[in-house]
This record gives sequence, structure tokens and C-alpha cells, in this order.
Amino acid sequence: MSSSASGSIALSSGSTGRAAPRGAPSADGAARARKLGVRTIALGYLALLLLAPVAMIFYRTFEHGLTPVWNAVSEPNAQHAFWLSLEIVAIAVPLNTVFGIGMALLLERGRFKGKALLGLLIDLPFAISPVVIGLALVLAYGKTGWLGDWLAENGIQVIFSVPGMVIATAIVSLPFVARETIPVLRELGTDAEQAASTLGASGWQTFWRITLPGIRWGVVYGVVLTTARALGEFGAVSIVSGRIEGETQTLPLYVQARFENFDITGAYTAAVVLALLAFATLVAMNLLTRRTRAETIA
Amino acid sequence: MAIEARHVSKRFGTFTALDDVSVTVDDGALMALLGPSGSGKSTLLRIIAGLETPDEGEVVIGGEQVTDTPARSRGVGFVFQHYAPFKHMTVHDNVAFGLSVRRRPKAEIEARVKELLGLVRLDGLAERYPSQLSGGQLQRMALARALAVQPKVLLLDEPFGALDAQVRGELREWLRRLHEEIHVTTIFVTHDQEEAMEVAEQIVVMNKGRIEQTGTPRDLYESPSNEFVMSFIGPVNRIGDAYVRPHDVEILAHDDGSATEALIKRVVHLGFEVRVELTLPDGRDISAQVTRANAAELELHEGQILPVRLPRPRVFAA
Repeated sequence: MSSSASGSIALSSGSTGRAAPRGAPSADGAARARKLGVRTIALGYLALLLLAPVAMIFYRTFEHGLTPVWNAVSEPNAQHAFWLSLEIVAIAVPLNTVFGIGMALLLERGRFKGKALLGLLIDLPFAISPVVIGLALVLAYGKTGWLGDWLAENGIQVIFSVPGMVIATAIVSLPFVARETIPVLRELGTDAEQAASTLGASGWQTFWRITLPGIRWGVVYGVVLTTARALGEFGAVSIVSGRIEGETQTLPLYVQARFENFDITGAYTAAVVLALLAFATLVAMNLLTRRTRAETIA
Repeated sequence: MAIEARHVSKRFGTFTALDDVSVTVDDGALMALLGPSGSGKSTLLRIIAGLETPDEGEVVIGGEQVTDTPARSRGVGFVFQHYAPFKHMTVHDNVAFGLSVRRRPKAEIEARVKELLGLVRLDGLAERYPSQLSGGQLQRMALARALAVQPKVLLLDEPFGALDAQVRGELREWLRRLHEEIHVTTIFVTHDQEEAMEVAEQIVVMNKGRIEQTGTPRDLYESPSNEFVMSFIGPVNRIGDAYVRPHDVEILAHDDGSATEALIKRVVHLGFEVRVELTLPDGRDISAQVTRANAAELELHEGQILPVRLPRPRVFAA
């Protein structure tokens, strides 16, 4: 991508050079300087905000070799937090994917009253602070809450246990799939779906064989964002979980707890694991899209 | 199979797309729905296909009431203006789609796809993706895909609208020959009168949600039933309430008493034909169409004043 871009730039500057041999070099120089300046600022900003702090965490984690890191990782509470985080992601992300695709179809293809309101509601989790979401969940599902009595009678514990944490995670990462899918769905249009229906495909066949493959980039991207957000969720889960060590402590909560207990290596190590998980998600998406894209283009 | 639309009306909000339209297409016919944009021709086609629901009226295909039958069960082949390719599938899979959703045996699908790709001259491109095809190839793929399920009728919505002039010309002729070969009842929508006249046996001229006239290309050209049809089918000069075709305007070498004088404003050479733009004594502009030989003989040039005669002007009752 970058090579083709620079190729076209070289081409255009070459032709201006021929057209105006005297004025061109200085204009070229100014353009190059401008471009360099923009790049420096962009990279500098990224380095300051993102790369430097993350690099610091990696450095501090491995500062004293691998033994303390290994000890921190194999600590039972750390292990528990790691698997709990994955469990919550494994439930919340598929739920949000199905919900998000359905919502995208409804908002983009449906014709009904209150569509604008629904579109607004979907974005609400972005607008509301996760802490507020956590509190709201406690109010609704907690012991003294609105559904508390009914839940207690039926022996279901939502707050201070995994179901509540899954709900909290699902809410904060709710909009991603729908928001990433809607524009792709719009671009896809309805022609191909209509063509499928005239060829005898049922609604279900059309969805699986035409619509879903057509929107898969949007869905994949939405899933990656959802996963990253779900993995890192702190505020809402922190309130809903009650932060019981070895029971309702996810990886981000574990990082916070270690940090507060002056177990710096434990905190940094868990943070690095968290960062690696997020990184792996991004890489997985990249490989996935690259492979399937090659299929369609080659 | 014959297609009938009876008293079909369709409104989109306050806009009336179709206003009590009835059309009959005979079994095996090749018919054009011709009209300007917004005339309702595409809406009528989509209603016949089952992609839109009429507010009133009914659709009958092969004697069978299909008004409430969903598109997928109507047995129509539909070709979209922008081809509607399944972009994530190869040409082969596109063409095979209709058979594969019907769960036909693999051997049958393979044989049929091969046959159709041959018919639309896309053999050898079966493993390509739509992004690797030209517009004309995409259109032929869309046609093969529609024909794969052996539709009872074939419906084409502006099939050549998005192609360049040369490809369009080739495909028109090809469609005509294809129709002679497979003889499936075909309706195609177009806004291009030349295309309609070249391809169709019957033309339905539509305007503002109504049918203006139905007939053979020759009928429409020679006996248009109203001024809309006259001016939509072929070029026309309007002189007061009368209409004259440019090729009916005669430019004479000598005034024989029946002519009026006109000033030549411009002479446009279009190959075999020459278009002459004239100004009449009352200030009205008209154009005349003469052959190249004729123009040379009269030595037509700008600024010349010559006698012209306007035979056969047509007046329509208001």
C-alpha cells in the first residue's frame, strides 16, 4: 500500500518537474518538508501517548529476568483471573456479534417507527460511563434491586458473580459490531440479495450465502473491537463483580489489586499478558482479512 | 409463457409510479418497456418479478395468478442494471447459485454451468471473480445466472445502460440472437429508443406511470398516437401545433411555389447523414436530415438561404 502511494507521488512530481523546471524543485521541497512534518507529529504523538508507556511496562516487567515473571504468572489468583477474563469474553463476544448483526440488519434494512430512537439507544453504552452502567446493574439485579427478590427466590445470583460480569461486559462493548456492520451493509446494497431471491433462495439462504459473506469485513472488525474492549473492561465489571480474589477477579481487576498491594511485578506481568492478548486479537484479524481478501482479489 | 399485468397501480409516498397499467406479453415475445426516467417502467418490471408489491392490480404469468407469490417462487430470471454480481463467488459459483440453492445433484450443476458459460461466451473465465471481469462480461454472467434455473420468463432492467456504446451495440445484437435461440418470454426496460427499436418486437412506451402506446417499432415511428410518443421515438421538430420529422424536411434547389425560405445556421456531418440546422422566416429553428450525397449536391453551407418544404406535418388532438 505504502509503496504504491509513494510510486504515484514520484510520478506526479516527475511530471510537474517537466512542466515547470524552475519552480518545481522548491515546491517539491516544501511539499516534502510538509509531509515529513506531518509524519513526525503523528508518530511523535503516538509514541508519547501509546508506545512509550507500553514499552515502559514491558521493560519493567522483564527488568529482573524471567523468574519473577514466571512466578507472577503461575500464581493461582493470576491464573484464575486470566481464565475468567477469557470465559467472559467467550460468552459476551458471540452474544454481541449475533445481536450486533441483527441490529445492523434491522437499522439498515428495516422500515419501522422508532428506528432513529433505536439507533440512538445502541450508542448509549458509548456515551455512559462504565461506572454508571455497573451501578445501574447493581440497582437492577442486586439483592435490594428491582429484580433482586425474584432472582434470589430462583437461586440465581447475578451481582458479585459471573453472569453479572458477562452482562456488564456485553453492555459496554455492545455498539461495536452494529456500528462497524451498518456502513458495510449499506454499501453492499440490496441488489445481490434481490438477485438471490429471484434465483430461488430463501431468506435464510440469502443471509448465509450472500449477506453475511458480503459484510464479513465489517463484522470481523467489529468482533475485534468488541473483544479488545471486553478484555480490557474495568469500570462496570469492577462494581458488579465485588472483586473477590480468585473468584470474581478478571485480569484488569487483578492488575489493579496487585498494584494497590505494592506487588509491582505481579501488576506489570498481568498488564503485559493483557496487552499481548489484545495484540494477538489484532494480529489474528489482520491475518484473517489478508487471507480471505487475497482469495477475492487473486 | 405469457405475462399479464392487469390494472397495476403503485405509489411511493405521494409519488404515483404506476397508474392503472395493463400490459400483455405473448408467449415467446421480446418486449421493451420504453420511457424516460420516472415513467414507472422499472417499477412495472419489478412488480412482475415480485420484487415490489403492487398497491392494486394483479400479475399473471403463464395463466397463473402470482400476485401474492414471493419472487423466489415465481420462476422469473431477473437481470439488474448494475449486474448485482455475488462478489465473493467465482463466475462458476455465481451461475451455479440458483441450482445449488435448489440442491440439485452436482453433476447436473456442472453440466448446466458449462453449457451456460458457453452460451454467454464466458468459457475459460469460470474461476474468475466478478472484480476481474469487464462490464460486458459481468452482464453476460448475470444473464447466465438468471438463465441457469430455466426461468419461465426473463426480465432485464436497463441491461445495457451502464456499458459503453460499442459493447452495448454488440450485446444488443447478441441478446436478439439469444432470444431467437432460446425463445423465453423476455421483457427489458430501457430509456433508449434506439435500443428498444433495434432489439424488441413489441414496444410499450411509458410516461408518468401510464402507457402511452403499444406497438411494433415501425407502428410507433410511423403512426405515433400522441405527441409524447412522436417526440420520444426519434427526433422531431415542433412547429406550432404540428410535428415534423427532420428527415421529412425537404431542402430544395429551386422554389416551386410550395416552399418557404430558410437560413442555414449550421451543417453537421454525421457520416452518412448530414444534419442541417435552419431558421425559418418567422424566427423558429428547425433541423433537417439529408443524406451526404444530397448535401453535396446542394452544396449546403452556413449562411445559405434556401427554399424548404415541410410535408406531412402531424397534428395531435389536445
